Amino acid sequence: MNSLILSTGARFLVALFLVFSVYVLLRGHNAPGGGFIGGLIAACGFAIHAFASGVAEARRALRVDPRSIGTWGLICALIAGLMAGPLGAAPFQGIWAEIAGYKISSVLLFDIGVYLAVIGGVLTLIFALEDLGEEVG
Amino acid sequence: MSWILALPILAPFLTAALAFLLRNRRGSGWVSVLGAALSLVLAVRLLLAVLEHGVIAGQMSAWPAPFGITLVADYLSAAMVLITAIISLAVAIWAMAEIGQTSTRLGWHGLFQTLIGGVSGAFLTGDLFNLYVWFEVLLISSFGLLVIGGRRQAIDGAVKYVTLNLISTVLFLCAAGLTYGATGTLNMADLHRAVAAHPDPGLMTVIAVMFMLAFGLKAAVFPLFFWLPASYHTPHFAVSAVFAGLLTKVGVYALIRSFTLIFTHDQGYTHQILLWTACLTMLSGVLGAAAQSDFRKILSFHIVSQIGYMVLGLALMSPLALMGGVFYLLHHIIVKANLFLIAGVSRRLTGSSDLYAIGGLYRSAPLLAVLFLIPAFSLAGFPPLSGFWAKYVLVRASLDAGMGLVAFVALLTGLLTIYSMTKIWAEAFWKPHPNGSWPRLSDIPARPRWLMLAPIIVLAAMTVLIGIFPQPFISFATIGAGQLLDPAAYIETVLRGRAS
Repeated sequence: MNSLILSTGARFLVALFLVFSVYVLLRGHNAPGGGFIGGLIAACGFAIHAFASGVAEARRALRVDPRSIGTWGLICALIAGLMAGPLGAAPFQGIWAEIAGYKISSVLLFDIGVYLAVIGGVLTLIFALEDLGEEVG
Repeated sequence: MSWILALPILAPFLTAALAFLLRNRRGSGWVSVLGAALSLVLAVRLLLAVLEHGVIAGQMSAWPAPFGITLVADYLSAAMVLITAIISLAVAIWAMAEIGQTSTRLGWHGLFQTLIGGVSGAFLTGDLFNLYVWFEVLLISSFGLLVIGGRRQAIDGAVKYVTLNLISTVLFLCAAGLTYGATGTLNMADLHRAVAAHPDPGLMTVIAVMFMLAFGLKAAVFPLFFWLPASYHTPHFAVSAVFAGLLTKVGVYALIRSFTLIFTHDQGYTHQILLWTACLTMLSGVLGAAAQSDFRKILSFHIVSQIGYMVLGLALMSPLALMGGVFYLLHHIIVKANLFLIAGVSRRLTGSSDLYAIGGLYRSAPLLAVLFLIPAFSLAGFPPLSGFWAKYVLVRASLDAGMGLVAFVALLTGLLTIYSMTKIWAEAFWKPHPNGSWPRLSDIPARPRWLMLAPIIVLAAMTVLIGIFPQPFISFATIGAGQLLDPAAYIETVLRGRAS
């Protein structure tokens, strides 16, 4: 699509969407938000980029094949869920550790995994559909 | 307990991730087979645990019921998970012969395992919203599988499939929202109590019918089945087989679970609807099949008509009928998946699945002909195959309930099923191939030939085995049906952890 307004606006919007998605991801720990919605917002950012500057450009901006992002997201989430096993906890139970005064947990890893899986999955679909659209139209 | 329940779901997802990572290498298919074998071991372990304890339940993340996500396995769930693993292994092996480089690179094996994970999740969950999530997983992965290998026809079928399934999912979500608003819980065991105690039974019935529509669309019952024959004949045969075996059964399972455990407050109304739906589904499916001339389209319409029998078992709600329904569900998954795999071999041999364009298989590939006859006769209900016992029990249960008309419809459907199976037999196997060729099984190179035949032979052997020794399976299904009719043990097991 060749629209000056869209491509100019997209520069700001994409950055805004990505920052906001990370905010929502982290906020999800104790308040509404989380990996799923955060991933959708980030995917929206790249989708706008794809509409404004074409799929090839959006793929370049993403740097990694969205399918790989999705797969690694799934792996992160699974590791977070399985980690509880050797420690004698229930599946997906949160495992906590304290490093230098900061508490970190497998819950965050799970959320990041979901975040990546959603970005990967949604962008795979959107890019494939856009490719198809460019071929036909 | 919670790990025994969670691992049969986690294993396919782990396999899916590995298969995705290896999609550009040669080993992707083997990863899928090994993962399916692992799932089978885990499913057997789950079944053994259920046989020992009756019902087992576990809380994910250790959040107590009814707040956290519960996984529950009773006899029905455990058997469904086991049979899912069996079909998954059979199709994973078979797929090695069919799925080519291109589809593998697009991530076919990963999507396939994701689908299996979703199916297992749907069978094990004890929470309505979690069930919704599994439906979404199924929808996304099955859409991918339908499109991969995509000719224009496949896209057409996939769009119909996705549109109608989205409608079903939205209905499901609305119904789940209403349920939560009205009762304050989505845990199925807790809902059993909450729905029965709700001051407004009319509202509960409305919600029940919404669930019935949503699950009915998934299960492809009359009059919501038309998406199924429109989409099941287009993708890879391995995809058709696993869809035919497992996907609609998730809908049937959801119907059985929700209308034995949750919505039993107004059976005179809800189960009456189910009864008529069952009869019309049986008839419309089998009549639809009679008009078709494509191998897979005939089989697709037969899925619809067979779903009718399972819903009939649920609708009658007597111990015998539910036992028949459960038995039917289990037997049909094996038979139907196998028929689609056989259709795939016949397509490979004769070059088409249009019955008028193929033929000659009886003379040139007698082994395939025998392997076809076993599930085909079982589907139609010939003794001594598994389908005979399934139909016998259901007809008997309808007669016991004083419903001669229903029994007549069930028998008539069986008779008409033979008509379609005879049509396939006469066209694909008996008459000579129109172009005069005699395609032999030995024309296929040895490796793909045995990758294709081995799963078919094992599944056919299971059909015969269930048919000749039905007793252990029937007593298993009887206990399973007993648990469905009297969910006290299920509820007690799920909610027991509440105090601790």
